[in-house]
Amino acid sequence: MNYLNAGYGLKSWLLTLDHKRVAWLYFISITGFFFLGGAAATLVRLELITPAGDLLSSDAYNQMFSLHGIVMVWFFLIPSIPATMGNFLLPLMLGARDMAFPRLNLMSWYVFILGGLFTLTAVIAGGIDTGWTFYTPYSTMFSNGAVLAAATGVFIVGFSSILTGINFIVTTHKMRAPGLTWFRLPLFVWAQYATSLIMVLATPVLSITLVLLGVERAFGIGIFDPALGGDPILFEHLFWFYSHPAVYIMLLPAMGVVSEVIACFAHKRIFGYKVMAFSILAIALFGFLVWGHHMFVSGQSIYAGVAFSLLSFLVSVPSALKIFNWLATLYKGHIRFDAPMLFALSFIGLFLIGGLTGVFVATLALDIQMHDTYFVVAHFHYIMVGGMVSAYMAGLHFWWPKITGRLYPEIWARVSAIIVFAGFNLTFFPQFILGWAGMPRRYHAYAEEFQLLNVFSSAGAGMLAVGYLLPLLYLIWSLRYGARASGNPWDARGLEWTVASPPPKENFATVPRVDSEAYAYDTPQ
Amino acid sequence: MADADDKWQLLLFPESASSVSGQVDTLFWAMVVACGLVVALVFTVLLVFGIRYRRGSPASRRGSPLLYHNRWLEIGWSIPVLAAFLFFFAWGALLYVEILDPPTPEDGDARRVNVIGKQWMWKFQHPEGIREINTLHVAVGQTVRLRMTSQDVIHSFFVPAFRIKQDVLPQTYTRLQFTPTKVGRFDLYCAEYCGLSHSGMVGEVVVMPPSEFQDWLARRDRPGTPQQDGERLFRQYGCSGCHGEASSVRAPDLAGLYGKPVPLKSGGTVTADAQYLRDSIIFPSKHVVAGYRPIMPSFKDQISEEDLLKLTAYIQSLTPEEPDAP
Repeated sequence: MNYLNAGYGLKSWLLTLDHKRVAWLYFISITGFFFLGGAAATLVRLELITPAGDLLSSDAYNQMFSLHGIVMVWFFLIPSIPATMGNFLLPLMLGARDMAFPRLNLMSWYVFILGGLFTLTAVIAGGIDTGWTFYTPYSTMFSNGAVLAAATGVFIVGFSSILTGINFIVTTHKMRAPGLTWFRLPLFVWAQYATSLIMVLATPVLSITLVLLGVERAFGIGIFDPALGGDPILFEHLFWFYSHPAVYIMLLPAMGVVSEVIACFAHKRIFGYKVMAFSILAIALFGFLVWGHHMFVSGQSIYAGVAFSLLSFLVSVPSALKIFNWLATLYKGHIRFDAPMLFALSFIGLFLIGGLTGVFVATLALDIQMHDTYFVVAHFHYIMVGGMVSAYMAGLHFWWPKITGRLYPEIWARVSAIIVFAGFNLTFFPQFILGWAGMPRRYHAYAEEFQLLNVFSSAGAGMLAVGYLLPLLYLIWSLRYGARASGNPWDARGLEWTVASPPPKENFATVPRVDSEAYAYDTPQ
Repeated sequence: MADADDKWQLLLFPESASSVSGQVDTLFWAMVVACGLVVALVFTVLLVFGIRYRRGSPASRRGSPLLYHNRWLEIGWSIPVLAAFLFFFAWGALLYVEILDPPTPEDGDARRVNVIGKQWMWKFQHPEGIREINTLHVAVGQTVRLRMTSQDVIHSFFVPAFRIKQDVLPQTYTRLQFTPTKVGRFDLYCAEYCGLSHSGMVGEVVVMPPSEFQDWLARRDRPGTPQQDGERLFRQYGCSGCHGEASSVRAPDLAGLYGKPVPLKSGGTVTADAQYLRDSIIFPSKHVVAGYRPIMPSFKDQISEEDLLKLTAYIQSLTPEEPDAP
């Protein structure tokens, strides 16, 4: 009897209080959103093969990149690892039988779906053309799109984040098994914990901002529109006060996953465990202090720009430390190159490039040129797609046997990892050069000299699409035809590997006692 | 080097055509080299460890507690990273302040051009009164100071070859200065998403040799300088009724005002820059001058951005010595 065959009807899924089944509800919904956002990106890349705006109308193009941004940020990237693997694994890693608040957990999924429906309605009811950033006064006084519906969707989905965050924080504090002290927690748990803090502290600011935006748009009350006595820079401050920490909501869980995978496939305890844990917290804290680096040419004081630049450089130090520590973990390890490891190594390489180019845009004089160009687009895709999605894939493959009780076809997974890595670089590396040469982002049509690099980029996007569709096929295939997985197919450490695959409904028959550090790879499990 | 006629370019060395673009490029390439070395180092280590310590390889794995944590190693690689970051931060910050808050050119010769962004075009007012749309003619070597505003949403004035960009905000004056160093035609883009035809909000900065530029100026109609037009508008909108010399209404005197500190009724002072003058016309109750009653009516929605810039230019001209102000 495991959690999958504990009940079969639709009701047993839609009304489940089992964190593992809630994770499945999220898996299915965010996969839908991922391919919806991906379809919009495909249209954008197809349009950009030629300089003229010929495939889509300007209006349709603007709606496509807006849809892509809104769906990918709020309906895929932010929930991705926490809502799926976080939900599934957090109680297992803590030795608990469920989340602290199972009903709240299910409710946060319904809130998520409600927000998603509002946003899809916005798309169908006339489109949204503001970009995911909703800059005022365009979004409040000028756009003809369904801004209110889309903003309402994002507002609602924010509560899903907050509820998940609260649940994770309480669970981590109160549900740890006996002996599982804070410094015995897997780094995945640290990452989820820090992410939850950001979700709880930053998301309300977004909610408030969207309410103010709605008030201005619906009632013409001047908050951001200077013609009404408001201040558009204020919107930018409020928006980025949430949206920069949101980058770390996406990134920290990815770092957590990668730490688990690297330790397992190097078969060695993670190097500098405490440094890794504290750097997660440092990133979460400093992440709140750098929002102004999105505004170096916005008209905010240039001396504010100098302060935000300095803080942005400082937040990069703990990220750099993490990379060095992962490398040191490999030293004298017993390294296997299974698909999760390939994705995790991709993460290191792509996150490194994304991070270093982040240092370029944090450099004030360079950001004057790079701001709002394809350089920025390339930079944050290296972080969010190259980094975050690679880590998501690493984690998905790593825990797939645990989640489903089945093994996926290893060879296809390795092929997919390699295609994604190559396709990703082909898509986004040319965009660094485009941006440095001055191609602005969100351009439906562009100057002719930019074409060659855009063709490379679109070709890469085609590869990337194959790389992401492959796992969809073979993972679904493996649900039925994959070989049965043992409880611990990777010889990994951690409480989640001590139970059967798939885990029993109540996770642990008896509450486990923990008497060793995390990643005890030098002792047999 | 970039040749605009060639469609198929890798664009590794984009055109560099202003007094600051060379310095920005030097910083960029220095960072490319530094970061490139880091990338090479990390990938090499990944490769070497990946091969040497692959599962089943004969390499020695003799254990030591230092394999799991080593404080001196952590400190040892943090310090160079931090030092390098601080170095590039300082370099970038100094150059940024120089670009966005530049000193007046040594010869004092700065050409003041007004820029109005609107969905989806750029409008320019030259100091001689010449107007242009989407094309800005300037002379090579002459510093140009832009006073920019938007008629609707946020735009951003971006000339990649000059390595300059500044957002253009509604109801607000932002400024930007550049000195072109090469003759040619350089793309001007709107960099802040502004709606339907955002990608059509493009233009050109045409940089001419000084003599050709003088010929160009001579060939163009000059309807009147912004100051002259502003003086006419000052009467036409009735400003002179209160602020004029012969007025019986108690209103602040505008002569000699520009660039000076103004004491406010609410306490504190503001500097009488272009933004202050603009706000005083559109939102007169925002800054009431100490000792005066708030009786001035708002001219919101009555005066176009073009005319506001001209009025500002006129009031500015009532202060003889042009201060180094926005």
